[in-house]
Amino acid sequence: MDYFLQNLINALQWGSFYAVISIGYSMVYGVLMVFNFAHGDIFMLGTYIGFAIATLFIAVFSALLPTWVIFAAVVIITMFLASWIGVFVEVVGYRPLRQAPRASAAITGLMIGIIFETGILIFLGAKRLSFPPLMESHVYNIGGVYFTNIKVMVIVISLILMLALHGLIQKTKWGMAMRAMSFDFLAVPLMGVSINIIAPLTFAIGAGLASVAGILYGQAYPILDPYMGVLIGWKAFVAAILGGRGSIKGAAMAGYLLGFIEIFVAMVFPSTFRDLIAYSIILLILTYRPRGFFGMEYSTKLRL
Amino acid sequence: MRKIAFLLVVAVAFVMVFAFSGCGDRETVIKVGINAPLTGDIPKVGEGTKYAAQMWLEDIEKAGGLEVGGKKYKVELVIEDNESKSDSAVKANTKMITQDDVLVIVGPQSSAQAVPAGEVANNYKTTMISPWSTNPATTLDRPYVFRGCFLDPFQGPVVANFIIEEFGFTKAAVLYDVASDYPKGLAEVFKAAWEKKNGAGSIVAYESFTTKDTDFSSQLTKIKRSGAQVLFTPQYYNEVPLIVKQAKDLGWTGPIVGSDSWGSAETVELCGEPCYGQFFSSHYAAAGAKGATKEFIDRYNKAHGYIPDDVAALTWDALRLAQQAIENAGELTGKIETDRTAVRDALAKVKDFAGITGNMTFTEEGDPIKCAVIVKINDKGEYEFYKSVCP
Repeated sequence: MDYFLQNLINALQWGSFYAVISIGYSMVYGVLMVFNFAHGDIFMLGTYIGFAIATLFIAVFSALLPTWVIFAAVVIITMFLASWIGVFVEVVGYRPLRQAPRASAAITGLMIGIIFETGILIFLGAKRLSFPPLMESHVYNIGGVYFTNIKVMVIVISLILMLALHGLIQKTKWGMAMRAMSFDFLAVPLMGVSINIIAPLTFAIGAGLASVAGILYGQAYPILDPYMGVLIGWKAFVAAILGGRGSIKGAAMAGYLLGFIEIFVAMVFPSTFRDLIAYSIILLILTYRPRGFFGMEYSTKLRL
Repeated sequence: MRKIAFLLVVAVAFVMVFAFSGCGDRETVIKVGINAPLTGDIPKVGEGTKYAAQMWLEDIEKAGGLEVGGKKYKVELVIEDNESKSDSAVKANTKMITQDDVLVIVGPQSSAQAVPAGEVANNYKTTMISPWSTNPATTLDRPYVFRGCFLDPFQGPVVANFIIEEFGFTKAAVLYDVASDYPKGLAEVFKAAWEKKNGAGSIVAYESFTTKDTDFSSQLTKIKRSGAQVLFTPQYYNEVPLIVKQAKDLGWTGPIVGSDSWGSAETVELCGEPCYGQFFSSHYAAAGAKGATKEFIDRYNKAHGYIPDDVAALTWDALRLAQQAIENAGELTGKIETDRTAVRDALAKVKDFAGITGNMTFTEEGDPIKCAVIVKINDKGEYEFYKSVCP
């Protein structure tokens, strides 16, 4: 039992990252109907920004302010700075190609991602960096189940972020505009909602979320390298598809599901087969449910 | 008319390019190729390689060049980046052999690159010395390929014996990267050696992951449940800190033991306190070094501001081996194919070479016979000499 619970906690932590990152894919798809393939690298860049802010704050304020204030400040400032990366990607990569064939628009993201990776490589060198701990790690043991305060923090903050996003989208005018835009992007601009505001906003929110995921990631897996966003980005993309394209709820749920499948497959089978079995399961799910969990019918979308 | 003039200019340019590139430099310059991972997964390894090579070149230049058959030759380094990728390492070797006309190649460092790159060097009959590659396949049936370190099959039993002697454990777990040659090879050898001593089934967990994975929680949970007393993980410095930290977070209290891939200076820098007190097998230990080894360490530390890791020390030895082979090769004819073979023959005959990582004599296969060192990461995060284990 404790073995199962231990893996449950492991899966919750790991799934949280997939969930928060895959939401970024889903939101952009909802509004622009393209996948932002730079998202994994936006996550990477967000982590580096978080690293810079965290290092600065710890150096300057660690004696003056309590840990949680520093943590909150790092999260908020990083989120703010990282959202501008999202805006940058939209304005530079996607806006000029909005009328271009879908395939061209899809690969701009890939190219921007590569530019980010090599940019970091050139400016910071290929040296690995170690994310400074923003709080002291404590290991707790309850009935044979081991967890740290960082694990709990990762899970809780991810949930808070997703709930906040849900509120933003369902309760605010901006959210309403985004929902409207994803419903029909030809008619909505006629009502006075500009896609040139909604699209960058969507990218900014996605990037902000990814950067917080990056800070949390830096606490749980404190080694930064310029290619850290590639694999997790691709897997989160799988989650976004599995959740149903454009569905934020679906992306979050599929993110957790992906984490659970990966962890529990490795629990039951030899770990060498983990990805083989895990992704075969997902292939199977998609075969029987090609639209993912909450994907809309194709015909209801005007643009496809 | 203008067309003719243009053609003439192009023709002259061509002639000049060829004249300069072909211009008999070969007679007085010896080119030594370095194939190193300057970027990619393990750039620190590339940096150590480059610095050691530059220090070696300094020495040669101070001596006024390399003396072969009574004649002084200038030495030039050709440093190619293999991006820590197998295909790039193959390309780098091909380029250095066919375009740069290097006499010998030092590198690549990791087995993942050294195994395929060695194939190229051997096919072109060019001597290659991999300082750090411990996989047997690198030199196997390749008369032109040598190495400066011991082999995986040697490290496996050394580590297994060390754990059994030191702690008296009977149950061990292994965690390794299934997608990388070096950890996979070493994990298999360790398992075989351990089970030979403690009987079948004494490896209670044999878990793997793939390159770029960062979450090992489910493997480690399994390892912990298996009742293993020690964890052996032959991983590189970018994974070791994550593995050690996550293991501690999951309540693992036993020792975690590694292999020479831990030896990079960055392991402790990235890992910090969780890694203190752990052991790994290596080629040399900086803390407690004497003689020529200490001289090298001090000089490197002065120039670059940190203690050199084993890669730098082994590269240094490999270059000095190459130097000795070139010096022993007799006269250089200027015909690169003949000279390459002469260097190879001279290198194969090297006996009791006094390297800073130990004395070496090459076997038929091009592998040196030398001792391994067990290193303990002490409470200050230094790599301390703990024990020497000879074959």
